[in-house]
Amino acid sequence: MKKTIITVVGKDTVGIIAKVCTYLADNGINILDIAQTIVQGYFNMMMVVDTSNGAKEHEDMADELGKLGEEIGVIIKCQKEEIFDKMHRI
Amino acid sequence: MINIYEVVETNNMIEKENLDVRTITLGISLLDCIDSELSRVKEKIYNKIYEAAKDLVQVGESISREYGIPIVNKRISVTPIALVGGAACRTPEDFAELAETLDEVAHKVGVNFIGGYSALVSKGMTKADELLIRSIPLALSKTERVCSSVNLGSTRTGINMDAVRLMGEIVKQTAEYTKQDDSLGCAKLVVFCNAPDDNPFMAGAFHGVTETDKIINVGVSGPGVVKTALEKVRGESFEVLCETIKKTAFKVTRVGQLVAKEASRLLGVPFGIVDLSLAPTPAVGDSVADILCEMGLEYAGAPGTTAALALLNDQVKKGGVMASSYVGGLSGAFIPVSEDRGMIEAVKQGALTLEKLEAMTCVCSVGLDMIAIPGDTKATTISGIIADEMAIGMVNQKTTAVRIIPVIGKGVGETVEFGGLLGYAPIMPVNGFSCEAFVNRGGRIPAPIHSFKN
Repeated sequence: MKKTIITVVGKDTVGIIAKVCTYLADNGINILDIAQTIVQGYFNMMMVVDTSNGAKEHEDMADELGKLGEEIGVIIKCQKEEIFDKMHRI
Repeated sequence: MINIYEVVETNNMIEKENLDVRTITLGISLLDCIDSELSRVKEKIYNKIYEAAKDLVQVGESISREYGIPIVNKRISVTPIALVGGAACRTPEDFAELAETLDEVAHKVGVNFIGGYSALVSKGMTKADELLIRSIPLALSKTERVCSSVNLGSTRTGINMDAVRLMGEIVKQTAEYTKQDDSLGCAKLVVFCNAPDDNPFMAGAFHGVTETDKIINVGVSGPGVVKTALEKVRGESFEVLCETIKKTAFKVTRVGQLVAKEASRLLGVPFGIVDLSLAPTPAVGDSVADILCEMGLEYAGAPGTTAALALLNDQVKKGGVMASSYVGGLSGAFIPVSEDRGMIEAVKQGALTLEKLEAMTCVCSVGLDMIAIPGDTKATTISGIIADEMAIGMVNQKTTAVRIIPVIGKGVGETVEFGGLLGYAPIMPVNGFSCEAFVNRGGRIPAPIHSFKN
């Protein structure tokens, strides 16, 4: 399983999760976990997704989700899970 | 599984606190490029570096995108050129041609610095070493990306005072040769005591002769991350302070380890070491001096600074060592003046002097770094400053260095602008009393008694 963490940060509006999920479904990317919280007044969402059966390369997915974020007015980042795993787990 | 708070913490470090991987440095041995004919040496050097490093920048950028962590610099270090060019170079000008070849291939593969225009002369100089050293002013004035370093002493060998005297003159000459750029050449020239073979940071990086053919060394940074972590423990005891630095250094170094392993895998080059250094930049919030202030000092340089820096340096190492399978290089806290906004401010306020910086180098990872001094400082005085710093390194069995810039045409109170990561600096006063008769004695200072550990 190849896990990627998608984060969405910005002002809360209607349909953010729907749009991101639609993109993921269209590209065969399975969502494993979703969490959201408000940090310092900003909407923060994290998704753990499995990209092993996905149609896109990591970099393309990151670019396209980045653009989708611009359209909605939020920042969407796509990072491989290891950077978080290495930093927070021994 | 990773939770949202951990993800937010990591991304805040990257976005708000300037966490980055400062450099991926590819070390390349040039020992197999040795030839008695200069043109053939140049060709072999160009080809070997090009072949080894052609994918370096692209691999660095792709890792950066995958993990969402900036990798600021992609660099190359090579075998000290005095060893590589010794058989072919008969004059300083011959050596300078090799510097131009290095510069050319650095541009071609897209790295921003290439280190290793170096000589290791801690006990004595060969003819080739001396020619290379004498070529440094010319080489640094004719090239843009070449960095030069000279190892002048070690705990095991003592200090080569002939070379120290010569380097005082060379620093001065390099300043003269590059005076139209505010003596920028000196920002790419560093002298060492106890130089490590695997340092990924410029200007002192070279690929030591103890190393394998090619190696990946990574330098991590993150003064802003430490500063932010310390903001949360204001007024707490030293125990809490130290634990906080340690935990933060661990996290920062883990990112370096991940990037180093990934770069190693993608380039098919073995992983060498992670250098766990707090390396500042002139950017706001990326300052080591600010960490010292956060600990409770009004400015860097105030009484207590050496103690604060000592604990910072030690805790960074303690936290980082467990985070990486191999730690090396310079590892600790860097205290360059021109590259650190807090240091610059401390100098402007009169809180930080050259003498205090010298004391700080006893407990930090390297030495007197990126310090601008008046252009009319005598070469022997520069040699004296170098000798003092080498002595600190020799006696304390640590790496020390001097990267000092006598800015031609400028004096105390003026400011010099180097640009980019090299920053800007107010020119600092130097003790004007002479050390000429001391420096001119010639010969070498013997190794200290505690070097005899056999």
